[in-house]
Amino acid sequence: MPFWALAAPRAALTAMSLAVVCAFAPPAAALDIAGAGSTFVYPILAKWADAYKTKAGVAVNYQSIGSGGGIKQIQSKTVDFGASDAPLPPEELDKFGLLQFPIVIGGDVPVVNVPGIGPGQLKLTGPVLADIYLGKITNWNDKAIADLNPGLKLPDQAIAVVHRSDGSGTTYIWVDYLAKVSPEWKEKVGVNTSVQWPAGLGGKGNEGVAALTSRTPGAIGYVEYAYAKQNKMAYVQVRNKDGNFVEPNEKTFQAAAASADWAKAPAFFLMLTEQPGAQSWPVTGSTFILMYKAQDKPDSGKTALQFFDWSYTSGQQLAEGLDYVPIPDNVVKLIEGTWSQIKGADSKPLWTASAN
Amino acid sequence: MSTLLLEGGERAANRWIRQGRAIDRIFATAAIFFGLLVLALLGAIIVSLIIGAWPALSKFGLRFLVTTDWNPVTQNFGAVVPIYGTLVTSVLAMLIGVPLSFGVAIFLTELCPLKLKRPIGTAVELLAAIPSIIYGIWGLFVFAPLFQATLQPLLIKLLGPIPLIGALFSGPPLGIGVLTAGFILGIMVLPYISSIMRDVFDTVPPMLKESAYGLGCTRREVMWQVVIPYTRAGIMGGVLLGLGRALGETMAVTFVIGNAHQVAASLMAPGNTISSALANEFTEAVEDIYLASLIELGLILFVITFIVLAIAKLLLIRLEKQKGA
Repeated sequence: MPFWALAAPRAALTAMSLAVVCAFAPPAAALDIAGAGSTFVYPILAKWADAYKTKAGVAVNYQSIGSGGGIKQIQSKTVDFGASDAPLPPEELDKFGLLQFPIVIGGDVPVVNVPGIGPGQLKLTGPVLADIYLGKITNWNDKAIADLNPGLKLPDQAIAVVHRSDGSGTTYIWVDYLAKVSPEWKEKVGVNTSVQWPAGLGGKGNEGVAALTSRTPGAIGYVEYAYAKQNKMAYVQVRNKDGNFVEPNEKTFQAAAASADWAKAPAFFLMLTEQPGAQSWPVTGSTFILMYKAQDKPDSGKTALQFFDWSYTSGQQLAEGLDYVPIPDNVVKLIEGTWSQIKGADSKPLWTASAN
Repeated sequence: MSTLLLEGGERAANRWIRQGRAIDRIFATAAIFFGLLVLALLGAIIVSLIIGAWPALSKFGLRFLVTTDWNPVTQNFGAVVPIYGTLVTSVLAMLIGVPLSFGVAIFLTELCPLKLKRPIGTAVELLAAIPSIIYGIWGLFVFAPLFQATLQPLLIKLLGPIPLIGALFSGPPLGIGVLTAGFILGIMVLPYISSIMRDVFDTVPPMLKESAYGLGCTRREVMWQVVIPYTRAGIMGGVLLGLGRALGETMAVTFVIGNAHQVAASLMAPGNTISSALANEFTEAVEDIYLASLIELGLILFVITFIVLAIAKLLLIRLEKQKGA
């Protein structure tokens, strides 16, 4: 067959395949932004990303690899934003040229797996929790625990302490609280996203700790509130700074956040643990978003800021549905005020309040 | 005319020989190139590991190998806990996996009815096809609770009170821990070791076995006195393949070992291995020394595997010498 007889169907085939490829090519306007970090905030970020995709057609890809991972990824500029439960001090932020702002408030909740004890029945204090995690209190019927729970029958069972095996902002909030209530913890172990735990088993992620705690009889662990509530785990009442035993729920998280003075904290560097207030939950925390002040990709930066603005307004109901506490409106104004520091290559702020 | 034909033929033959030689040269060069490339890659990996671990190597020196500390707050790191965990879980995996593999291999070569040989053999090989993370998930959700409810309390009750080895079996039954990790690793290395053992058992000349039977040996005597001595080198190779797998296994161990940076006498306690420490903490290691310490752990694992392989090679050479003598 002469070669030109083959050319015609070949040309048709090429044209057809090009047409198919063009049909599947994504529309030029849609931009994808990528983020990584805290597992604490993963449930709500995933929900927001889903809702925002339907609304604005922008895909937000979030990888919950832990707060330390989020910090590392934003430092190496592989993502558009990082999420960390452990706020970076202003010096660190300035070193990298990062901007930091809180996105949502939640709390760490101690959960137990002790036969006969249901959700909200056990009462513990900060010093007792610190002693358990230091390995000083090793049995559930120890006098220190029994004194706080006169009505409960505590079994003679070894306490199996569960902590995080990976570096985590959830851990940071927890050990920050323990360091505030126990000088021994502060001296012996310290505060960081990952510490040298004196005792216990390690689980990977909030999911790992929840799984280990519910499978190990006599276990105590700490998880983010949404994980505790949705897995229906037996949470513990903790005594707060004012001396009241409070349960973890939106009201007590809000009470802790309300007394926080965000305006005075430079770069929003503020830990919400052990805040005063009659109803404050002592182990409250916030997740912080990290973004570069000088954006290499101004379009991605602007899209990310639009997404976060949407989440402060329309995303609040979704957050409440998943048991997170929204940031109060006056703080949102403060936050969006700092967004003028995020600039593109032309040194003009990417975000102006009026434009959106 | 005939000389012309002959010369033409000779020219054609010479051309063909020259082409053949050229192709041979290309082939030889390519083979040498790929061989050297593999060596170069190995060297590059070693060099990049050393460069990555340099901050920790220079800060801690040999102290790294004897400290049990693993403190991200004070940035003080030591390799004793992960090395201990790696060695103990691998030894446990061998203690559990090798006898089981023996049993499987002997059963499949000697005792199994012909019809069942194929299906059982395939089933054992399928164990190797299961991804290791599935082993980890199965271990965490199925095996560990079962272990915790049945076997662990039994072991603690029976063996705990015995004076010396009792210390190995003390402590609360947690389900996950070094022993569970060893068990799961043993099951994971079983298909590798057993398939190699099966192959080497099949290489024993039937004449040898039948002569032994003819002398009145029992099945057991034939296995122990004839087959195993004959296949010593192959068995050793299979065991070392399994050991290499067990030393490096990551995901299955990370799920069930409990991730506690401690060295405990009891096998029931949680621990840590080099690969599970790397898997858990690599993404989080923000500080330079932390990252360098993790890379140094990787370097140490590399060295351990190398030492194991070197011992294996020396043993094999010795075995060959003995056989020759």
